Order: sequence, then C-alpha cells, then structure tokens
Amino acid sequence: MRHRNVKNKALLGGIMLLAAAGMAGCGSSGGGKGGQVIVYNWGEYIDPETIEMFEEETGIEVVYDEFETNEIMYPKVESGASSYDVVCPSDYMISKMIANDMLAEINFDNIPNAKKNIGAQYYEQSKGFDPENQYAVPYCWGTVGILYNKTMVEEPITGWAQLWDEKYADNILMQDSVRDAFMVAEKLNGFSMNTTDPQELETAKNSLIEQKPLVQAYVIDQVRDKMIGNEAAIGVIYSGEAIYTQRENPDLEYVIPEEGTNVWIDSWVILKDAPNKENAEKFIDFMCRGDIAVKNFEYITYSTPNDAARELIEDEDIRNSEIAFPDLSKYNNLETFVYLGEDGDALYNELWKEVKSN
Amino acid sequence: MTSKNKWLSAPYTLWSAVFIIIPLCMIFYYGLTDKTGAFTLENITAIATAEHAKALRLSILLSLISTLLCFLLAYPLAMILTNMKVSQHSFIILIFILPMWMNFLLRTLAWQTLLEKNGVINNILTFLHLPNINIINTPYAIILGMVYNFLPFMVLPLYNALSKIDENVINAARDLGADNVHTFFRIILPLSVPGIISGISMVFVPALTTFVISSLLGGSKILLIGNVIDQEFTQASNWHLGSGLSIVLMLFIILNMIASAVFDKDGEGSML
Amino acid sequence: MKNTAKKIYIALIFLFLYAPIATLMVLSFNASKTRAKWGGFTFKWYTQLIQNDDILKALGNTLLIALLSSVIATVIGTVACIAMNHMKKRTRTVMMGITNIPMLNADIVTGISLMLLFISFGLRFGFGTILLAHITFNIPYVILSVMPRMKQLNPSIYEAALDLGASPFNAFRRVVFPDLLPGILSGFLMAFTMSLDDFIITHFTKGAGVDTLSTKIYTEVRKGIKPEMYALSTIIFLSVLVLLLLVNAAPDKQDPRADKKQASRF
Repeated sequence: MRHRNVKNKALLGGIMLLAAAGMAGCGSSGGGKGGQVIVYNWGEYIDPETIEMFEEETGIEVVYDEFETNEIMYPKVESGASSYDVVCPSDYMISKMIANDMLAEINFDNIPNAKKNIGAQYYEQSKGFDPENQYAVPYCWGTVGILYNKTMVEEPITGWAQLWDEKYADNILMQDSVRDAFMVAEKLNGFSMNTTDPQELETAKNSLIEQKPLVQAYVIDQVRDKMIGNEAAIGVIYSGEAIYTQRENPDLEYVIPEEGTNVWIDSWVILKDAPNKENAEKFIDFMCRGDIAVKNFEYITYSTPNDAARELIEDEDIRNSEIAFPDLSKYNNLETFVYLGEDGDALYNELWKEVKSN
Repeated sequence: MTSKNKWLSAPYTLWSAVFIIIPLCMIFYYGLTDKTGAFTLENITAIATAEHAKALRLSILLSLISTLLCFLLAYPLAMILTNMKVSQHSFIILIFILPMWMNFLLRTLAWQTLLEKNGVINNILTFLHLPNINIINTPYAIILGMVYNFLPFMVLPLYNALSKIDENVINAARDLGADNVHTFFRIILPLSVPGIISGISMVFVPALTTFVISSLLGGSKILLIGNVIDQEFTQASNWHLGSGLSIVLMLFIILNMIASAVFDKDGEGSML
Repeated sequence: MKNTAKKIYIALIFLFLYAPIATLMVLSFNASKTRAKWGGFTFKWYTQLIQNDDILKALGNTLLIALLSSVIATVIGTVACIAMNHMKKRTRTVMMGITNIPMLNADIVTGISLMLLFISFGLRFGFGTILLAHITFNIPYVILSVMPRMKQLNPSIYEAALDLGASPFNAFRRVVFPDLLPGILSGFLMAFTMSLDDFIITHFTKGAGVDTLSTKIYTEVRKGIKPEMYALSTIIFLSVLVLLLLVNAAPDKQDPRADKKQASRF
C-alpha cells in the first residue's frame, strides 16, 4: 500500500516537473533592465575600484560574479542559468566556446581602446585559439615557469629537466591540473603541448610517473604560500604570482625554462546571447583604457597586454621586469593551449589519472 | 492514524521527489548515456579500470579507518559528556559544533599551516628539541583531516543516543549485580546502537566522497574516488563518466541501508 | 583520579579541535598577507574588513540563508521523522535511503543536478535557488539527528497520554516533543553549520551578484585568501563564544525543562 503511495508521489513529482518545464518554455528569461552589464570573471582578478569608476562614469550598473576555474565557469555559462554578458576565460576555453558557437563577434569599432592600446603581438599570440581575432580582447597574460629558492638549490635552475633531478626529491611542487602537468612533460620531451599523438602522450605520461616519487605535492594555488614558507625548493608557477612571491621572499627566483613553455592569455569575450551587448562593449573598452588597465595590473600583478598601461607603471623595475614583460622573441618553443576536442580531453584525463593513481 | 500519517509524510515525500529523486534521475541519465545520448553501461563499468578501482579501494580504506578512529575517540567522549551536569549540555554540544563555523577550506588550510615541514607543530617540536613529524602529503594527514572534520558528526548522534538512555535501566543492572564492563556491553552499548549507526553513516559517507581534504593535506599524490569524480566534472568536463562513477558510489547507500536494516532489527530486539 | 583522566581526555580533544582555529586567529593578526610567513602584529585586516561592503553583504546573505534553510529543514525533517516512525519498516528503509542520497553524492554532482533542475523549472537564479538547494541538503542532517531519538521513544508513553485524554497534538507537544528536542536542536545546529560551510552546491545554484562567504573565500583562493577572511572568522567565532558563555553563566533557574527532567529521574 504505502509502496504504491510513494510511487504515486514520485509520479506526481514528475508531472510537476513537466509542467514547470513547460512554463519555463513560455518566457522566463528575465533579461536586464536598460543600464546593466553582467560580468563573469576569475576570483580576485580585477581592482574593485575600477568597477566603481566604470559605474560612476557611465551610469551602467555592473553585476559582478566570480569563478574559480574555466571548467566550473563553462557549464554555468552554457546552461544559461544566469545570463552573463562579458566573461574572461582562458585561451583553450575560448576556442572551445568558439567551437560550440557561444560567443558573439566583437565589433572593434565600438571598442577603440582595444586596438589602440593592446599590443599587436598579443593579438598575434591569440590567433592560436581565435584565428581571425574576432572574439577575444586580451586582458591578462603570462608564462608558466619555474620558481626556485636560491638558498635551496645547488645550481641555478634553467629548465624542466631539473624537475627530474633526484637531488631535489621531496622538494618539487608540480601543478595539479591535467594540461599544465602534461605541458611540463611534453616540453621536456620536445613535443608540442597541444599534441594528441598517443605515442607522444605515452612518453609524457611515463615521464610524469617517473617524476612522481620526487614530487612533494601536486598543488594549484598553494604553490605560492609553500614557496614563500620555504617548504620546497622548486615549484611550477604562473608568472603573475612570481612578482608577489619575490616580494614576500627575496630568495625566490623565476625562470622561463629553456625547453619552452606555455604562454597563456585570458581575454574578455562577449556571449552570443548576451542581453546587454552595448554595455558589454563599453565595459571592455573601459577596461582597455591605459589608466584603468594599470590600476588592475597593480592590483592583481598579472602581466597586462596593454601597452598604454605599461607606459604608466611608475616603478621602473617592474615596467622593465623580465618576469612581468618578457621579450618573448628570446625564447623558443613557446605555445598557447588550444582546445583538443572532447576526445583529446578524455585522453589526457585518462593518462593523468594513471599518473595520479600510480 | 494512517490518514494523519499520510498528511505528515507529505511535505518530505514531495520535497524528496522534486529535489532528490528528479536530480537523481538526471544523474542516472548522464551516467547511463554517452556523449551522443545513446545508452551505455561504459560509465558504470569504468569503475573496474585499474585507476578507478584503486582509487575506490583507497577511499574505502581511508574512510573506514577514519570512521573507526572517530568512533573510538567519540564514544568515551560522548559518555563523559552524558554524565555531566544537565544544564551544561547544550553548551557542550555547541562547543563541538563551533569549529565548523569557521569555513571548511580555511580550517583545512590551517591544518596545512600546522603540519607542514616548516609548519607550526614542527617549529614547536624543534624548539623543544624533539624530532619533527612529517606526515603532510601522506595518507596519515588525510586520515587526520577526515577525523578532524567529521568527528563532530560522530560525537553528536552518540551523545544524543546515550543521553536518552534511562538511568533507571543502568541502576537496575547495577542492582542486579552487573559490574561496569557488563553494564557497558550488555546495556549501554546495545541501547546506543541507533546513535552509532547514524554516527557511522554521517562520518563514513562524507569521508568516502571528500576530495578537498585529500588534495590539501595529501598533496594530491593520492587519488581518491572523490578526486576522480571531481576531476571528471571540473577538469575533464566529462559529466557522463562523473555521473557513472557517482552511481557506483550510490551502491554504498544501498549497502548502508542493508546494514542499518540488519542492525536495526538487533537494536529493536534488544530494546525493552 | 578518574575525573582527572576524563578532564585530560576532554582537554586533548578540544586541543585537537581548536588548534586550527587558534591558527586562523593568529593569522588574522599577521601583517604579512601569506599564511606561510609571520610579518608582525597588526589590526589592519579588522579595519579593512569593516570597510569592505562586499564581504559584509556576503556575510548577511550567508547568515540569512543558513538561518532560513535550517529552520525550514528542521520543520520538514522533524515532521518527516514522525511520519516515518509510523511507516512500515520497508518503506521507512527506502525513505532513509533516499535521505542519504544528498549526503552521499559528491557535492558537485548534487550541485550540477540541482542546477539542471532549476533551469528546467525556469527559476531565476539567485537567493531563492540557493535557499532551495540548502534546504535540500540540510534535511538529511536533521533526519539523521532526530531519527535515533525517535527510535528510542517508548510509544506507550504517547498512547498513555492519549488514553488519559490528551489530544494527539497535545500528547505530541507535551510528551513526545520534549524527548525529541535535543535531537531536533542538534539537527538544526548541524543544518545551520552545513549551510554556512557549503561552497560547491551554492556556486552552481547561485545567480550573478549574489555571494555567500564560502563562494567569496573559494574564489579568493587563486590569488591568496585575504586576511580579512581570517579576521571575520575570528570575529564570528569570538562573538558566538561570548554569547555561549553568557547564556551558560546565566543562573540555571530559567531552564524548567531540565528541572522537570531531573525530577522525573528521581
């Protein structure tokens, strides 16, 4: 008896769901009022003052939301749970969003600062994921390199190969994300970091397995605190963190490995079904202004592709810093991640699990 | 009685139908289909691959150890607390819950600060000329993190069950000549079984699926099933495999259900 | 002798539970922004906290959601326990199994499945969707706390009350409810606590511009947790502690229930 009751209620629930789904079809999209722009950015990736300045100058209200990783951002944007206007994904994620037809072409006539202030080489670099430069306006960029503690290593670190040196057993911090970890092993073996060749990936995987006993921990963000606290001698880190960590611990040194590395770019994009496209353009244009971009640079310390902003940096050491603004032509084998498709992702993921469970 | 009962059970039945069962169906949908939407069992059988099976085994092992440790730590504690002055009860319970009001991530990061090679504990040990402990980034640190985070989940139901035991029953046993050991094993322990069961499921279940503790305290060198599922969703964007593996984990609900049904019978049998 | 051993045992457990909390409190006075280095003593994070509208707004949201969701979950959960107690055993086992699902599923699975559900309902993401999600994962904690108490209840007491002429509602209120109360309270507290702490489920069910403390903290991880968060945690912790001490220091007389219970024992 009761049993049937439960079943009935489950059925009832199902019917309710259908009804609700039907109602959802009949226009539930709230849509923004006249003066709004909904921005979805990385956590702590903007100086909050610049948002206030934008609101004051334009009268447009900024609804600001933050995400942790590209992969957590993607389903929220794709599902349309909140109708965002402007998002700031990384390179490979932008190519995925382009592939899935989620982005609107940017009309650069409405964003004059984007062409005027942002260096041409960054657009060139962006072609890896946005071949025609139609969708993305670079916001921050950087390299992935090695941070090492001068007092804890015997000779200067120059390349990835030293992450396989047994001298540094239990003193190495690796990145705990699939693509970043494989990038290191692929560059070590002289492969492209966008390879999907099974043979090459097998080699890279074996390198990582070989390295695992030497690794103290696979970390993402704790690499910063652990390096500052002298927990490890060598860590794989994003260049944007390097300036900050050096300030806290002067023994630390950042180097771009000789075997080549990842040059990443996070860019502003406008979503195809953005409710406030015009305001989105105004927002991006504002963020591309030299005086605003320099404020953001000083707040988040990630390299800015904005030449006008770089001119405005007062501290000469930072303006000419080889870490924040490396001359990329001096390095070999620099690449930018591209989206590898679902099969490529699955393959990488499978191999990474083999490394981790070994 | 029955009609009133129906009315009483309605809110939760409805709620669980809409917010638990339907989402569950969605997980089953994803778990049983592939990218093209075709039916497949691949995501379920994926648990048998070497990496997944190993991760599952490790997770079960670590959560069993943590659950056992929690139980061993919590039971005496709950007994001591039960025997304390009545007016202090709520205060003491709150004291156990209070640490959880500091954010979970912050607390776990604080353990990192404590346990690291140059961490607080080792600094104190060095100062006292004692040997340093080096458990950060090992399974021991993961177990410590699990016990720390889930101990209150064990203490509270145990405390709840123990404080419900009628003192007269205990006194009666004593009057009839039972010694302490006897009273404990024949009276107190059996009467606290419902609390033990809910404590065990409240510790074992979250310990089995955790991934934050293993990545922060285990240095991500140990892959638990929670990490695998998390990685499928947040790094690989493969919801199908993530859901499939979650379905496998759900088998543990069923095991849990069977276990509590079995123990329940004993529990009811031994009740006066 | 035996009492000393007990006290030492409790003290050790407290040390274990509170060592990380003490660490966080110390960090809130650390002039250096990183947790790995002591940069001297400072109050600046506290002054910055008071000026930080975003954090304070998130705090307000967090408390409101935690309070509402735990109250609602406690009501639904307690009623469900009463209902389940009268169910046939097999039905009850099934219901308990269903109850365990939100606890067992990885948070991210629950979070994404609820997100999909809300989308298909056509709900606007924001405060309301977070609240619904929190109620959902809070109910099991209430049920798991109340159910053991329920099972230990002696049904004949309730029936005796009915026989003595009490209405079912009165019999429940005067006889059953007081016995359930500790379970209900700890369930409520547990629910409140879980709601305070949740990140993943909140992330997937929130809308743009609505933040809780957890979502703020987790997104901060990438650039380093702001010491303001340590300061805020310290303040929350201390204020609750002070509140507890005050309540506890108040004379026992205001607790008639305890007296009655004591009386009933002798």
